[in-house]
Amino acid sequence: MQQFLNVSFTGFTLGAIYAAFALCLVLIFRATRIINFAQGAQAAFTTYLAFEMIDRGLSYWLAVPLAIVAGFVLGGLIERVIIRRVEKGPEINAVIVTLGLFVAIEALIGILFSQNQQGFPAPFGLQGFTIGDTVIALTGNDRFRIVAVAVAAIMLLALFRFTHVGLRMRAAAFGQEVAQLLGIRVGRMLTLGWALAGAFGALAGILIAGGGFISPSYMQGVVIFAFVAAVLGGLDSFTGAVVGGLVLGLTQSYVQSYIDVNLVNIAALALLLGVLVIRPGGLFSASVARKV
Amino acid sequence: MSLDSHDATADGSGELLPGGSRRVAGASSGGGLRQSNGLKHLLLVVLAWIGIILLVKLLETDYPFRVTQLATMAYYLPAIAGLTVLTGINGQISLGHGALMAVGAYTTSVLLDRQELPFIVVVLLSVLTASLVGLLVGIAAARLHGPYLAGATLALAVGVPGIAIYYRELFGGDQGLRVSPPSSPAWFESLTGDLGRGYITVLGWALALSVLFFLSNLVNSRYGRQWRAVRDDEVAASLLGINLGRSRVLAFVVSAGCAGVGGTLLAVVTRLTAPLSFTIVLSLFLLTAIVLGGLGSLLGAVLGAALLTFLPTFLSNQALSAGLDNSQAANLAPLVFGLVLVAVMLVAPRGLVGTTRTAYYTRKAHKRQAAQAKHAGRA
Amino acid sequence: MLVVKDLVVTYGAVPALGGVSLEVPAGKITAVLGANGAGKTTLLRTVSGLVRPKAGEITLEGKDITGLAVEEMVHRGMAHVPEGRGVIAELTIAENLRLGGLFRKDAKESDADEIYELFPALAKRRNLSAHTLSGGERQMLVVGRALLARPKILLLDEPSLGLAPRIVAQIFGIIRDLVDRTGLATLLVEQNAKSALSIADTGVVINLGKVVATDTAAALSADDELRHAFLGF
Repeated sequence: MQQFLNVSFTGFTLGAIYAAFALCLVLIFRATRIINFAQGAQAAFTTYLAFEMIDRGLSYWLAVPLAIVAGFVLGGLIERVIIRRVEKGPEINAVIVTLGLFVAIEALIGILFSQNQQGFPAPFGLQGFTIGDTVIALTGNDRFRIVAVAVAAIMLLALFRFTHVGLRMRAAAFGQEVAQLLGIRVGRMLTLGWALAGAFGALAGILIAGGGFISPSYMQGVVIFAFVAAVLGGLDSFTGAVVGGLVLGLTQSYVQSYIDVNLVNIAALALLLGVLVIRPGGLFSASVARKV
Repeated sequence: MSLDSHDATADGSGELLPGGSRRVAGASSGGGLRQSNGLKHLLLVVLAWIGIILLVKLLETDYPFRVTQLATMAYYLPAIAGLTVLTGINGQISLGHGALMAVGAYTTSVLLDRQELPFIVVVLLSVLTASLVGLLVGIAAARLHGPYLAGATLALAVGVPGIAIYYRELFGGDQGLRVSPPSSPAWFESLTGDLGRGYITVLGWALALSVLFFLSNLVNSRYGRQWRAVRDDEVAASLLGINLGRSRVLAFVVSAGCAGVGGTLLAVVTRLTAPLSFTIVLSLFLLTAIVLGGLGSLLGAVLGAALLTFLPTFLSNQALSAGLDNSQAANLAPLVFGLVLVAVMLVAPRGLVGTTRTAYYTRKAHKRQAAQAKHAGRA
Repeated sequence: MLVVKDLVVTYGAVPALGGVSLEVPAGKITAVLGANGAGKTTLLRTVSGLVRPKAGEITLEGKDITGLAVEEMVHRGMAHVPEGRGVIAELTIAENLRLGGLFRKDAKESDADEIYELFPALAKRRNLSAHTLSGGERQMLVVGRALLARPKILLLDEPSLGLAPRIVAQIFGIIRDLVDRTGLATLLVEQNAKSALSIADTGVVINLGKVVATDTAAALSADDELRHAFLGF
């Protein structure tokens, strides 16, 4: 029972990170209909920036906000300079561009920083706590992760629901032409969307690094799982992203602990295919697959 | 095959044939052209193979590394060719073809390790296994589009190596399996002389060129046309009676089989089959190759294979001489590939072959129009 | 208010408008009529900036606005209700309305009350998602949304499409009333020529991208030959 609880907690913590990234992917997908495969690489880049700063003596609590700002700028730049030119064409072009960025940014990290694994500091304790006789393997770091993701996600959602900027962004995402006719500068909204995703991703990248190791490709697994989570939940749905993330995190944890760590990815694939067979658009998708 | 010239008949130009119909310069009679194309390709393939043999003989004493590079190109080529057909002609994006190569490679490794089968049988069985996996994936994928398909194939790419590690007795776990490549038979050696390790290069190219030939016929056949129709307009295609699912699955199976050939050759050329050879980066490199060469172009696939083979070593040499350390130099190739991928999509989305071809035909058409205008002006 | 001169628009090699000229004075409704595919929608989309003209001139209040960005047109007082209405179904009615006035610096939350007064059907469901609205209600929503931009000129693309005659009459009546009260200029594109001419001051008939007739609404309605040839009644 205790093991089950702990495995579940691990899954939940993992799920929070996947959910965060899935949210980034959905955010970008809703705005520009593009899957940003480079999201993980961007986050890795900003994490390495943070690492360099911390290495040179800067406090963790200063490095993190700076990295988030860097993520914001990087995301916005990428949209404005690169993605803007492929937004109008065939879908496949944009997919390939983000894949190219994924490969390029990871390689750049290896060249600018280091190819080797480095330990990344954790801001809180790495020990669990006890309730009575049971040891709960939910470390201080884990709790920080979950809280940080939750707070950031809530802030993001509040931005969308309650502010004018958020309304403009939603309008631009749902109907570009109509939004233009309402005087909304759609281009700016798209850039903002990517910038916000970049910032959120930067936060998530640092959170997952804390207490573990980073290497240029450390975000690969996360991005792939986040993507699966987003697809699982339905690429249009924020709720779906969160649910998908948590489901995947739990799946990973259970498969890792009860079956074998090497089968985690295949389990994720099986889960994904299973869901898509039943609901081709994902769990929370509004649209129905077109049948001729 | 290319732009045809129905346009000129409207203004009455062109030769007047008995019976009142007009034959326009450049037009052809359908069936005859197709047959001569197939023959032309066969000749091309055979000549290319002979060329490879000669090249290997030339290089094998003084430049053995180049011979190995040629072998590398031979194992990339079938996978790239299959993928370019799948994505360029049938419109299905796959980020998991590295995994399909792995299937072929592992099948080959296991069979060569345990049985005494003739190599050709090993190849066929590897292709069969890869095709079967392709069938499963294809069936699942047939209902998925765009990002969903990308996601599923991505999950495949990262999932397959894990299976190899899980079944470690069979597949050698993290260390992988060592592969002893087939040695050249006596009858072959009597024709070409002793090629040493060049035999694998020649053998690899024989298989790679066979795959190219097979694909070129398929692409120009009814199946190729169906694939294009499905890619361009699903609704129209199914109204024409094409079974969308079957067409897509077929494309996947074919491309998987080709990737299987690639995997077989990879095992035999590198003499090692390990999970680390099949990371997501492999699948992305395959994608880079088809984009650079031009989606759907077999000629482009050859170009892409060449780039994938020769560019990384060239780049890391440049990097080392520029003072970067080993690991930085190793990263230069992915950096360049990634950036080039982005640049190509922004500037020349049709890839190198596609853009050149379009430019060539556009100029030709303009010249023809100018000539006709002149002719009409004079008449 | 709005002057269009010799507008030429092509979609690649395909000509859509071959030199169209018209005027929309303040406080008047100009109806643009013609069969399907005549170029009416292209005309509106070019005026509002969604499409770049190949040649010609568009002036608003005397200033040249040809080729300006769409957002800029909106800021200068042009509100375009597109073909298909342009309701953002994922947002609520209130949010849709809020979008109308968002770019205005003097916008207030209470502005929407005027629209609720004009269209009571919207008031009841203001916090519900817009996809629950019927066709007529959607049209009311997008007209209301456009009005919240306090435009100088209103462009309406086939507002009567798919609506019951009673609703059409209701909406058209409201528009005419608004124009008379506030001096709003309106460019109304319609296939339903009869209804359009009933509220318009001037009519412009377009066929195959060219203007075949410009006259007062009364004169056009009286011209039987023209009506039969181009307007279908």
